[in-house]
Amino acid sequence: MPTMNMIQALNSALDVKLNDDPNVLIFGEDVGYFGGVFRVTEGLQKKYGATRCFDAPIAEGGIVAAAIGMGAYGLRPVVEIQFADYIYPAYDQLVSEAARLRYRSAGDFTAPLTVRSPYGGGIFGGQTHSQSVEALFTHVAGLKTVIPSTPYDAKGLLIAAIEDDDPVIFLEPKRIYNGPFDGHHERPVQPWSKHPASEVPEGRYTVPLGQAAVVREGADVTVLAYGTMVHVALASAAEAGVDAEVIDLRTLIPLDIETVQASVKKTGRCVIVHEATRTSGFGAELSALVQEHCFFHLEAPIERVTGWDTPYPHAFEWDYFPGPARVIAALRRVMEG
Amino acid sequence: MARASKAAPKPDPKTAEGMTASPDEQFAWYRSMLLIRRFEERAGQLYGMGLIGGFCHLYIGQEAIAVGMQSIAHSGDQVITGYRDHGHMLAAGMDPRAVMAELTGRAPGSARGKGGSMHMFDVQAGFYGGHGIVGAQVPIGTGLALANKYRGKPNVCFTYLGDGAANQGQVFEAMNMAALWKLPVVYVIENNQYAMGTSVERATAETHLYRRGAAFNIEGAEVDGMDIEAVRDAGARAAEHARSGGGPFVLEMKTYRYRGHSMSDPAKYRTREEVDEVRKTRDPIDHFRERLEARGLGDETRFKDIDAEVKKIVADAAEFARTAPEPDPRELYTDVYAEA
Repeated sequence: MPTMNMIQALNSALDVKLNDDPNVLIFGEDVGYFGGVFRVTEGLQKKYGATRCFDAPIAEGGIVAAAIGMGAYGLRPVVEIQFADYIYPAYDQLVSEAARLRYRSAGDFTAPLTVRSPYGGGIFGGQTHSQSVEALFTHVAGLKTVIPSTPYDAKGLLIAAIEDDDPVIFLEPKRIYNGPFDGHHERPVQPWSKHPASEVPEGRYTVPLGQAAVVREGADVTVLAYGTMVHVALASAAEAGVDAEVIDLRTLIPLDIETVQASVKKTGRCVIVHEATRTSGFGAELSALVQEHCFFHLEAPIERVTGWDTPYPHAFEWDYFPGPARVIAALRRVMEG
Repeated sequence: MARASKAAPKPDPKTAEGMTASPDEQFAWYRSMLLIRRFEERAGQLYGMGLIGGFCHLYIGQEAIAVGMQSIAHSGDQVITGYRDHGHMLAAGMDPRAVMAELTGRAPGSARGKGGSMHMFDVQAGFYGGHGIVGAQVPIGTGLALANKYRGKPNVCFTYLGDGAANQGQVFEAMNMAALWKLPVVYVIENNQYAMGTSVERATAETHLYRRGAAFNIEGAEVDGMDIEAVRDAGARAAEHARSGGGPFVLEMKTYRYRGHSMSDPAKYRTREEVDEVRKTRDPIDHFRERLEARGLGDETRFKDIDAEVKKIVADAAEFARTAPEPDPRELYTDVYAEA
């Protein structure tokens, strides 16, 4: 089986779907001729032609709106927003149109588009190239929000997203495109090729939306994470010497609450980790759900380890980024609680 | 009918505004362009050494625009631009140390290290950023112009954008308002021909970007952005139009960036020959130096002195940016809200 990094796995997913389904097409800024700013669409225009994979002007609102129109007419557009930080001009179209088209047409029309976008920090991008925007979308009924953490999942989830009949926001943790960064910025990053989830089948397969993965089994505390933070959580659990169970949510909406619930009922403790700002972050929703579903099983207050409630600063990359030191501290706190 | 016109003929060296400027002024423009060039070269080196992290978009090749426009600006005029902003900041008179230290994320940086390359501001210089979102500065610059009008100030806002940003929806919203309310704003489109890896003709149906405001009856002119005196001529006319109540004006500066879009640009979208050709035949600094020499102003010692002075300023800024302290971690939470 071939070994792929996350970029290659995403490219392979797009390749599979362009090949499978003439209704699938790709457009966005620099995705055609240039092959995408992170090279995710490299070679696709050459292989499938400029009617299937093409460049759009820098106009995110227009890109997403055009995809909604195409989706309503039965196509399955996959658009790239070059950085998640650029998605706001498209927010109106995503919230008011894509998310609600099915509801307000009583199912006559849908918008089965997939919006791919690299997100997250750890790359010194400052405030306009580092943000984690997931909670802006999980708050909107009618949208699905997916975040992979490995090449294998990235491909399977992206194919599932493209085949899904609803609009999907597919956020790609750009810090781990080339390797499973665990938050130890002072150490060299391992390439994906040394990670088992870099074995990616060439053909079509899916990782179903709405299924979390238990990526480390443990008895004492449940860690809920997604994207880059899955790898930070795994490293932290190992270093803290805590018997933690780490769950990679993979899909935020629809959320696999059953897996979360079963784990927290077993461990009695829960730590939630995300890069996004804390207040009204997706961790707040997770915390509320765990409390609702597992209250009588909890032995300690639920902990959140998150970005701070500030813009993403240029100078404090590793103070802002919730790295192993902060995750380990939270694990120790809940174990003492 | 659109009034967009292809104005701004090449300046005749004998009659152009450049000739009416004193030799000292002309040398000041030369020095300012050279400072930007050397500063950017050094920024590129610091990036290569790992002292600047993340994003860094160099202005090399486009120096005549920021310097030429600044040379016709009046006191109190505002400048706002996108992410390729180092040149505009230096031209506006910002301290090279503060700019370089911001690039390296240090405490004495112009945003205390928290903004970085794309996100810098300076009140004294009338520089309103430094915006990392393509096109987002255009309606904000329009708002600055509206503020000038509201307060009865005789000032113009120079709102810079690139050829890529010219396709953003919010640019058109802003232009309509500016024309409707006759706002004192000059939209300076720096057409360096490539929006990252996408050339102008692959991104827009109307490649004559000086016509961008035609739907709103905004006048426009195409300008040789590699010729500082052409920039000054056109800039002065556009600013006068805006300042005197004529409303907005669009200047399309034809230019070229020598370096990649950012520091990680595979540059597969153009040939090395294309870049070399522009460097050889249209370089704004070489070109202007030749003109100064042809006017009999080019004393070899004077050029050498400027070279040495600029080199010293840049070396000093780089050393300052390398050795300045990092901001105190408490700064993480300052300036999120007004302090209680």
